[in-house]
Amino acid sequence: MTAVSERQQLQYIAGQAADARVNVELETEGMTLNIGPQHPATHGTLRIIVRLDGEQVVSADPVMGYMHRGYEKLVEVRTYPQINTLVNRIDWLSSFCNEVPFILGAEQLMEVEAPPRAQWIRTVLFELGRISNIGLFLGEMGLQLGALTAAFYAFRDREFVLNQIEAVTGGRFHPNFDRIGGLKDDLPKGWIAETKRVMDRIREYCDEMDELLVGNEIFEARTRGIGVIPAEVGLSYGLSGANIRASGVDWDIRRDDTRNPLPYRELDWKVWTHPDGDSFARYWVRLQEVREATKIVDQLLDGIPSGPIMAKVPRIIKVPEGEAYVATENPLGEMGYYIVSKGDLGPFRVKIRTASFNNVSILPWVLRGVYVPDVITILGTLYFILGDIDR
Amino acid sequence: MSILGIHLAYWQQTVLRTIGVLLAVLLPAGTFVYVFLFKMVSFMQSRLGPMEAGPYGSMQLLAEVGKFIQKEDIVPETADRRLFKLAPYLIVASVLLVYFVVPFGPDAYFANLDVGIFFALAVSSISVIGILIAGWASANKYSLLGGLRAAGQLIAYELPLVLAVVGVVIQAGTLNLQGIVAVQANGSIFGWSGIGNPFILTQFVGLFIFLVAAQAELTQTPFDMPIAESELVAGYITEYSGMRFLLFFIAEFASAGAFAALASTLFLGGWYFPGLDLTANYMNVVGPLILLAKIMIIGGLIFFVRFTFPRFREDQLQRFAWTILIPLSLANIFVTAVLKVVF
Amino acid sequence: MAPKVPGQGLVKGLGVTFKEMTKTLFPNEGAKKLMPNPSKGAATVQYPHEKEAPAPRARGVIALLEENCTVCMLCARSCPDWCIYIEGHKQKAPPRRPGGKERTVSALDRFDIDYALCMYCGICVEVCPFDALFWSPEYEYSEPRIAELLHDKERLGEWMDTVLEYEPYEAGAEVKAKKLPKKGAK
Repeated sequence: MTAVSERQQLQYIAGQAADARVNVELETEGMTLNIGPQHPATHGTLRIIVRLDGEQVVSADPVMGYMHRGYEKLVEVRTYPQINTLVNRIDWLSSFCNEVPFILGAEQLMEVEAPPRAQWIRTVLFELGRISNIGLFLGEMGLQLGALTAAFYAFRDREFVLNQIEAVTGGRFHPNFDRIGGLKDDLPKGWIAETKRVMDRIREYCDEMDELLVGNEIFEARTRGIGVIPAEVGLSYGLSGANIRASGVDWDIRRDDTRNPLPYRELDWKVWTHPDGDSFARYWVRLQEVREATKIVDQLLDGIPSGPIMAKVPRIIKVPEGEAYVATENPLGEMGYYIVSKGDLGPFRVKIRTASFNNVSILPWVLRGVYVPDVITILGTLYFILGDIDR
Repeated sequence: MSILGIHLAYWQQTVLRTIGVLLAVLLPAGTFVYVFLFKMVSFMQSRLGPMEAGPYGSMQLLAEVGKFIQKEDIVPETADRRLFKLAPYLIVASVLLVYFVVPFGPDAYFANLDVGIFFALAVSSISVIGILIAGWASANKYSLLGGLRAAGQLIAYELPLVLAVVGVVIQAGTLNLQGIVAVQANGSIFGWSGIGNPFILTQFVGLFIFLVAAQAELTQTPFDMPIAESELVAGYITEYSGMRFLLFFIAEFASAGAFAALASTLFLGGWYFPGLDLTANYMNVVGPLILLAKIMIIGGLIFFVRFTFPRFREDQLQRFAWTILIPLSLANIFVTAVLKVVF
Repeated sequence: MAPKVPGQGLVKGLGVTFKEMTKTLFPNEGAKKLMPNPSKGAATVQYPHEKEAPAPRARGVIALLEENCTVCMLCARSCPDWCIYIEGHKQKAPPRRPGGKERTVSALDRFDIDYALCMYCGICVEVCPFDALFWSPEYEYSEPRIAELLHDKERLGEWMDTVLEYEPYEAGAEVKAKKLPKKGAK
């Protein structure tokens, strides 16, 4: 039983009073339903206490923390290479993407620049992580809505991407490949050609999802107009990533952050937005993002510069004193690390800003007045991962 | 009555009929489960399905039955015990009763009622009560939501189901299912009687409405809000485990078979195949096989749609039934009646 | 965009799943097209009977080349989970040249890796300055009891037989390809 704060206690009492309210015409009572923490629809152990009036939601209250692993405390007693291993496990579907902002922050403090070949291969692996993460989302959104087959296609075609990541790094889910100053190892022979074939396969998969789900009248009836988030409300709650781009805000850290050393601005790609802000828009934007990511990977593979893979860094890494914050456009949104270093083998304090924590904070606002099936649709399209929320 | 010249006492006939109905129900249900649930859906999802139990996984169903039988019988503490235990039996009983009036051959039927199709549709509505009881007696908010959704949905889709059949009845001129098969076998299309007159050719709108309404009556996707696996865990079946769950499972697939059997008899010609004799004795053996083949075709369609589409929301479901299906079926009846008088 | 026929999307969706089903059932090309062969067409592998080979760099299990180890304890110190247990002692060895001073060498008493704790990160393999630890793609070593997941010196030495040679690199790489040390080199 998690400790309940005073605010939550007051809310609970008010809820009981609301439940006992008698509607003069129909004599109905409200019902409190617990969605989660064990539930097939929430992506992990998220608990949402909804108060229902029939099938309509009167109020919703997310309770998180069932998966808290204490990252920010764990990293206080570990060295930088050890933290790199731990950090993989925050957003476990696109693990390499968690390492990158941390390494970039440490490199900024050490004033070391990784060689161009390392930066390009980092970007390739970053985009592969994005494809594997959002590729899974496209399929399992169908699972949330009842089309079981779509989820199987997602897992099947994601295998190819995971095989490519394994061929380079040795680990399918937890690559642990980024190092301060570059990467651990170089690409094995034949990897570039094979990855290009895999990108073709992923584009076919996107077309399949397009036909199976996006064009489907039932899918449109379930997602159009559901969970509309206006741009100002989204920005005030701190939404990021595809959620805010689907409300019409044109913001992408890959293109807009000029201090980011990854070579995105040298490539030819597009940021997709959608004016509607409903669940359909969020799904559509993510579908286009996966297609765009395959194009980015193709361009990157064609232009990897030759050179060393690691800059000159001392054997035992001691990061000088200072503070740095680096954020990147992760598949779930904006993820950043605020590193405070006192010159030791490990950091003094790391604050991890994750995308899903802010994405979930909008739930009480967006879930008012919707039906119970729509709660599932909205949870699905906001797309959070519990490891990202709870750390 | 006499079978093959042997005269049986009434109690012996009853025993034979009971065994017969169990076979008639469990065989299509089992075949459906194996071919469609284990194999067809697996191939659609690029995987093989169960392969370990028996050759190509054919004994998997037996293994599942064995597994369910040896499970612990759990009744939730705050549940209404008698109602909780009663609900699965109600649903299975209503499904078995539907098979009662389906003809499998010229003499191979359990009862030849003159109000055949009327009886079948009436008896299939008993399962609504069973579902409501299951949802209420489980003492679980998810089950309650599922049961209430089921009540609204099933009652709403009863109407298109019945109205779609009225077109067939007008064209055939009888409610007797054996008679409907005979009319299709002896009929002719613009004078050519090569393949008889299966009602699918003239009543295609009726068949479409019947299949959609049957999909909703079976609570299959896209109309599976009551079970909605990703939302309500398992809807009104949530608290059931072991043998009771197996009864629900059997009822689901047996009723899929029952509706497929009704659809084959009403629209595809039942146990008759053009070119064969309508009254011969060997048709009592060949007829069930032909009917099984037609049941597989329609059942295949039902499960194909089930595993492809996402599900409707409850109010969209109701709107679809009341504002689209019912006017369509009323128009179908009107056109059929006019054409029947004209031709 | 042309106005959509109502139901067109639904039919296309049915077409997608139907196409996948025929692709799984009839994967043969050419003359044998109509012979069903779902075992070949499915994307899955029936595990105990058929096995997929993991990538050569896959991090399956860590192998120890005992003769290279000098008990420097760098790997035990850098493990994020502190799952490597090392004990050693110093002993005297004969001098290199006759008439010289006696040398002190470290001998390894105990080198255990607890695979119940191991995170498979590879820091120990990377950090070892004497090339005593190697990755091997073996993954079938699950045990019914957790205590048996503690692999001792002998078992870690046995894993050396499964370590693969390093792969050649892509064009453009400036890293030199490494070679596995031959056993008995020290």
